[in-house]
Amino acid sequence: MAETKTKTKAKEKSAKKNDPLGQHGISGELALDLMRDMLLYRRFEEKAEEAYAIGKIGGFCHLHIGQEAAAAGSIKPLRRDDYVMSAYREHTQALAKGVHPNAVMAELYGRKDGASGGKGGSMHIFDAECRFMGGHGIVGGQVPLATGIGWKIKYKGEDTVSLVFMGDAAVNQGGFHEALNMAAVWQLPCIFVVENNEYGMGTAFSRVSRTDMATKSTPHGIPAHSVDGQDVLATYAFFRDLADKVRQGAGPQFVDLQTYRFRGHSMSDPVSGTYRSVEEVEQAKHERDPIAILRDVLMKAGLLDQATLEDMDAEARELSAEAADFADASPLPGPEALYTNVWAEINPNGRLFFDGRPESEEAS
Amino acid sequence: MAVMTYREALNEALREEMARDPDVFLMGEEVAEYDGAYKVSKGLLAEFGEQRVVDSPISELGFTGLGVGAAMAGLRPVIEFMTFNFAFLAIDQVINSAAKMYYMSEGQFPMPIVFRGPTGAALQLSAQHSQACETYYSHAPGCKVVTPGTPADAKGLLKAAIRDNDPVAFMEGELLYNFKGEVPDDDDFVIPLGVADLKHEGGDVSIITHGKMIHVALQAAQKLEKEGIHADVLDLRTIRPLDMDAILETVQKTNRAVYLEEGWPYAGTGAQIVSMIQEEAFDHLDAPIIRVTQADVPMPYAKNLEMLAKPSANHVIEAVNRVLYR
Repeated sequence: MAETKTKTKAKEKSAKKNDPLGQHGISGELALDLMRDMLLYRRFEEKAEEAYAIGKIGGFCHLHIGQEAAAAGSIKPLRRDDYVMSAYREHTQALAKGVHPNAVMAELYGRKDGASGGKGGSMHIFDAECRFMGGHGIVGGQVPLATGIGWKIKYKGEDTVSLVFMGDAAVNQGGFHEALNMAAVWQLPCIFVVENNEYGMGTAFSRVSRTDMATKSTPHGIPAHSVDGQDVLATYAFFRDLADKVRQGAGPQFVDLQTYRFRGHSMSDPVSGTYRSVEEVEQAKHERDPIAILRDVLMKAGLLDQATLEDMDAEARELSAEAADFADASPLPGPEALYTNVWAEINPNGRLFFDGRPESEEAS
Repeated sequence: MAVMTYREALNEALREEMARDPDVFLMGEEVAEYDGAYKVSKGLLAEFGEQRVVDSPISELGFTGLGVGAAMAGLRPVIEFMTFNFAFLAIDQVINSAAKMYYMSEGQFPMPIVFRGPTGAALQLSAQHSQACETYYSHAPGCKVVTPGTPADAKGLLKAAIRDNDPVAFMEGELLYNFKGEVPDDDDFVIPLGVADLKHEGGDVSIITHGKMIHVALQAAQKLEKEGIHADVLDLRTIRPLDMDAILETVQKTNRAVYLEEGWPYAGTGAQIVSMIQEEAFDHLDAPIIRVTQADVPMPYAKNLEMLAKPSANHVIEAVNRVLYR
């Protein structure tokens, strides 16, 4: 009897293994949507790369290529009124939270119609309506901020969650530990997600930490979870369930979302650089490409064929090209924008600007 | 008019603003069960509960960032630093997050948050606990800086700071907490930011200052009266916004000015004010403007050395004599 039971279980398990969608409770339709999302992220970032190369985008620019499943799988299961905050590799996360590709691209171009009016740039994409809370440029600086958003949710008795991304290097910042401690003490509805792409800029995580990523929240009494961030179905199912739990009062959570960056740290960093080998990157691209992984699953399940995939890809390329065209056509911010929105409240008395320029006097 | 201490005035301002707006909360080290390291928050826990009067861990960077995030999401936090000396740990969140959020999001995220606590030297607390910090904050566009010197100013300006939609560094004087003064009874007594106050009137020389140094300036002005020298003592009250009209008015009246501040001279508030006066009232000046500051050294512990380091009424009188060519 017992033997049969075991056998049945093993059979079920293997059947589930052969049916990743069923295993994760994800419909074919949703899986195809996730494919469309990831294709858009990939093509969008490639477009940004192109635009950077011809000088349309300036400053720092950090691409998310290779990490598409981490964005789609963690953000897509959230509600529109949930909060998402990130560091500076955030273009595709903004897209995932609903910010229009045109607004993201126009921001990269430094144009008036950008998500932040052209004043934030690649690292500071904001959209209050989508509750995409930025784009922050100081490593780990956003972690206490997102904890404050969790504080507000609890203060107001809302049932939303505050999800914050950080790179693996951020866990060595003091502010990370201060924030996790407070989130735990006050049981805030925060999900702390490390997009662990193994390198903080050019420094391998193992070279700057004696302990594993999954231990980093342990001292604070926050449950840690490790997730294969290249498997969008597993990531989606995991965050869907986790967000529900947090919504219902499970308290803060820590996620080691394991991923890999196929490009350099920023545009000035060659793909492989001096800190990782070409072979390592090539192997990751071959074995851990999140788009290829989902493609194989969907094709095996008979949900996708090559022609459909090519159509979907063409659509992603088209949306990205449209975003670039939109950005290119969007005007530069007018010179008056220099002085707007420095202050939310211009006090009727006293000076706020000290540069002595007539424009600033006008602004106040 | 009620007579109360500076501490009580701050306490009343907090109480009234918390009663007025449920989105206002107070967070910091020892603010709740201990009633505040300097008892500014006395009784607030009992009145408003632990959700709104919150003891934080000793994590300045962390709870400052938490406050900034809460403000992004729509609350109006008051973050207390036990002293601004400890706020250096948190200044990244004040400058890089709070002061820039509104601008870099193109106006999507106003930042109605107050960072408050004592600044400047008390008595023999030595180098790390005795520094005037206002310059660090007034340097950054996006951050307002308020330095009340009397109980009435403390109350009226704190209420204005809490109602303001920008981040405000609200810097109190540790030695002022027991200082008594008259405070209007009005529940809605608010002093707008950006309005200086002429604390003493005279026509011979302008002593311009802010924060607790107004008391040193007033002491000097009283001594000078005995010598027949009548000084204007102008209390800026807020450094940003800055009441430049009031500064120009007194300088144009007296043609001679001394700037007194508790902090160090290099790129201090006085440096800024002097630069502006010479740009905008050069023809009205009969003498170079002299600054009186702390000695340009870290604060020593030994009582005699500390006395030497701090700006005193005598230093001010010396400076006044110099600008009067006496």
